[in-house]
Amino acid sequence: MRIGVFVCHCGTNIAGTVDCAAVAAAAQQFPEVVLAVDTPYACSEPGQRAIIEAIEQKGLNGVVVASCTPRMHEATFRRTVERAGLNRYMFEMANIREHVSWVGRDKKLNTFKATDLVRIAVEKLRYNRPLTAKSFAVNKRVLVIGAGVAGIQAALDCADGGLETIVVERTSTVGGKMAKLDKTFPTVDCSVCVLGPKMVDLAQHRKIKLYAMSEIADLSGYVGNFEVSIRRKATYVDWNKCTGCGLCADKCPSRKAPDHFNELVGRTTAISIPFPQAIPKKASIDASSCLHFLKDRCGVCAKVCPVEAIDFEQQDEVVKESVGAVVVATGFDLLDIRRFGQYGGGRFPDVVTSLQYERMLSASGPTGGHLKCPSDGREPKSVVFISCVGSRDRSMDRAICSGFCCMYTAKQAILTKSHVPDCETHVFYMDIRAPGKGYDEFIRRAQEEYRTNYVRGRVSSVYPKNGRLAVRGADTLLGTQTEVMADLVVLAVGAGAAEGSRDLAEKLRISYDAYGFFMESHPKLKPVETNTAGVFLAGACQGPKDIPASVAMGSAAAGKVMALFSKERLESDPQVAQVNAVRCVGCLKCLRTCPFGAIQEVQARDGSTKAQVIESVCQGCGVCTVTCTDRAIELQHFTDNQLLAEVNYLCRSWMEKSPA
Amino acid sequence: MSVVDGKEPSVKELRIIGFLCNWCSYGGADTAGVSRFSQPTDLRIIRVPCSGRVTPLFVVKALMSGADGVLVSGCHPRDCHYSEGNLYARRRLEVLKRFLPTLGIEPERFEYIWVSASEGERWQTSVTAFTERIHALGPSPAVKVNRYDARLVAGGL
Ligand SMILES: Cc1cc2nc3c(=O)[nH]c(=O)nc-3n(C[C@H](O)[C@H](O)[C@H](O)COP(=O)(O)OP(=O)(O)OC[C@H]3O[C@@H](n4cnc5c(N)ncnc54)[C@H](O)[C@@H]3O)c2cc1C
Ligand code: SF4
Repeated sequence: MRIGVFVCHCGTNIAGTVDCAAVAAAAQQFPEVVLAVDTPYACSEPGQRAIIEAIEQKGLNGVVVASCTPRMHEATFRRTVERAGLNRYMFEMANIREHVSWVGRDKKLNTFKATDLVRIAVEKLRYNRPLTAKSFAVNKRVLVIGAGVAGIQAALDCADGGLETIVVERTSTVGGKMAKLDKTFPTVDCSVCVLGPKMVDLAQHRKIKLYAMSEIADLSGYVGNFEVSIRRKATYVDWNKCTGCGLCADKCPSRKAPDHFNELVGRTTAISIPFPQAIPKKASIDASSCLHFLKDRCGVCAKVCPVEAIDFEQQDEVVKESVGAVVVATGFDLLDIRRFGQYGGGRFPDVVTSLQYERMLSASGPTGGHLKCPSDGREPKSVVFISCVGSRDRSMDRAICSGFCCMYTAKQAILTKSHVPDCETHVFYMDIRAPGKGYDEFIRRAQEEYRTNYVRGRVSSVYPKNGRLAVRGADTLLGTQTEVMADLVVLAVGAGAAEGSRDLAEKLRISYDAYGFFMESHPKLKPVETNTAGVFLAGACQGPKDIPASVAMGSAAAGKVMALFSKERLESDPQVAQVNAVRCVGCLKCLRTCPFGAIQEVQARDGSTKAQVIESVCQGCGVCTVTCTDRAIELQHFTDNQLLAEVNYLCRSWMEKSPA
Repeated sequence: MSVVDGKEPSVKELRIIGFLCNWCSYGGADTAGVSRFSQPTDLRIIRVPCSGRVTPLFVVKALMSGADGVLVSGCHPRDCHYSEGNLYARRRLEVLKRFLPTLGIEPERFEYIWVSASEGERWQTSVTAFTERIHALGPSPAVKVNRYDARLVAGGL
């Protein structure tokens, strides 16, 4: 082989703590290396050109670049060598930045380590073989999971782009949190007035198929060809017949069902439509409150329904769809308020979450937009807002800032004044985070125009006093303790991942962070992609985000899907398992082990049983190769020989170094 | 075989090999790098697609032929890019760990851990702790004793 090694300085990022020239000089001595040089920026245009020229002039047939992580630039350099006519798998990278120069302090040791990493890359490369991708057809349909504002935007953009779009929403209506909000910052316009038309568009779009009250049961396949099973939960109402007239709910005698749409503020009927603008506008029965299910009597709704839509026998149903890409937009959920006993959360009825407060402010909410204390219905004359509840709190292992609470707290303080002009408003805060367009101005309006009393400090406790609530906390600007009397306390409870996110991540094979938010592929350059090809993220499921950012990300995800679908065929990754039929004894352990069902049993010409890899299904994990006791199945590009070449060198070099 | 001006490095390094899965732990090590979380330099990382790709014999071979410590790191259980590759890894590596004393290898020289791509800090602490542990154990006695056997193991693989 004729191998070329390029050691990148990355400016001073690498060269600052690694002697790149020494690494190159050492590499020059490595077996089959015909050229080793150091270069200021390997990824720059001149850097890549130098690699191409070297391949052409020196007749290289293998290249090692020692620079940053392959997760960053492997694709870049593979294209580079390909432009010079090499197979893209005749390339290896040594990560001497993230794994060396940025983490080791001693230049000598770093240089030593970098040299070793270059050497093992060379050792592996010596066993590399050219691999060629196969191409396969793309199913140009897209699945959007979650229909909050982010999912709605993604679905509409995809559908407007001509793609068949499947939308799966867990609850009985689309809209997500935004549909629950009264007004939105920083414009204070009516939330459902701006969202409503989009929800209607979604329902009416010819290209969109909506599954509400549904969840993902299973997803298999790979980019371009996913198979998805959708569980449609029983609503006990035939939605093909239901017209949304609401007669059933008017007559339903069971009026104490938990009202999830209203965040459990107030109660609803066992059969209900969550809110007037719900999409789809269909009734569903909450079996845990329905007298028919609880006591086997009643059945009033079935009697009054003009279209005979009630079906108490309905069962969950699983439907299958095939798509080529997935947009995940499952949003967030607030943490459980009962975790905040020190603030009276779950202990005093007049301590509510911010989202409950939105419902209390909303004209379509349970109080008809009249502010009332939940305990006795009196109008509050003092409302205290506590921000950063469960956010930026290391004692709870939550260092995360929920992002939008500062802004909605200011909004809620403003709205409080417009509902009850003589109501005092106090906000306990740590810092105010308002970096968006028009946001800081908005905070100032809350403080100056609407005379909200901002107190900088944490609250230590909330307790009942003289029929009201006393809020005790620090005022760090005055350096004192302070106590404020409140009729109502609103907790800006931190945002966590949506319930069930981890299960969903597992089904989609994507990762999540310590808080359960889904992980993007790269924090800066690939914020919408995940590490699973064909699965994209939109909105607050990736981390707390306000509406403008969620909408932007919804559109971005749709753009990614359309770019993916702009090709008729996709290339499969050739780094898949391959069976050596001569060695295979047909034990089929690999078939039972493969997590993807990518191995099938075939009959060889002599009648014996052999394993065979279905290349388009194989994901390249290599679990099978370890299972095979006969070394008959090998993962291309990560074969035993390739990995052992690395191990061997490392051990050998140390044996040589060791005193013995 | 020192590469820098012919002198041995200033601190005596030990020989530690890491097998890291591409999707989680390799990313976690990258995150630690991006965050400049400094670490001991002994570890040499070999990238594998999945911790389930790590053949226990790789570990045995490394330990018998000169490595003072071997660390395998994959995605947290339930967070595997390949659904369940790390669960296979866990079963295999757990068995391996119990088997090491039979081969005359101190089981403390081998460890498997779970580090996700976002856990730079966890990576830093894990590497530091493992490196310290290996330094406390000192150079592997297997090198001298098993030199001949190591070749055998290598041949058999
Ligand atoms: C009290 C409060 C006030 C706010 N006020 C404002 C404001 O004034 N202005 C502003 O810009 N932002 C505001 N926000 C932020 C705003 O709510 C979010 O930006 C927005 O809701 C994010 O949209 P989303 O679509 O990403 O998530 P969500 O709105 O959470 O929607 C996610 C959807 O996915 C569904 N879903 C979840 N899991 C699954 C699953 N497994 N399968 C299928 N479906 C699933 C959910 O049912 C939901 O419909 C406020 C937030 C709060 C808490
Ligand atoms: S059966 Fe009775 S309780 Fe149940 S939904 Fe119908 S009317 Fe309501």
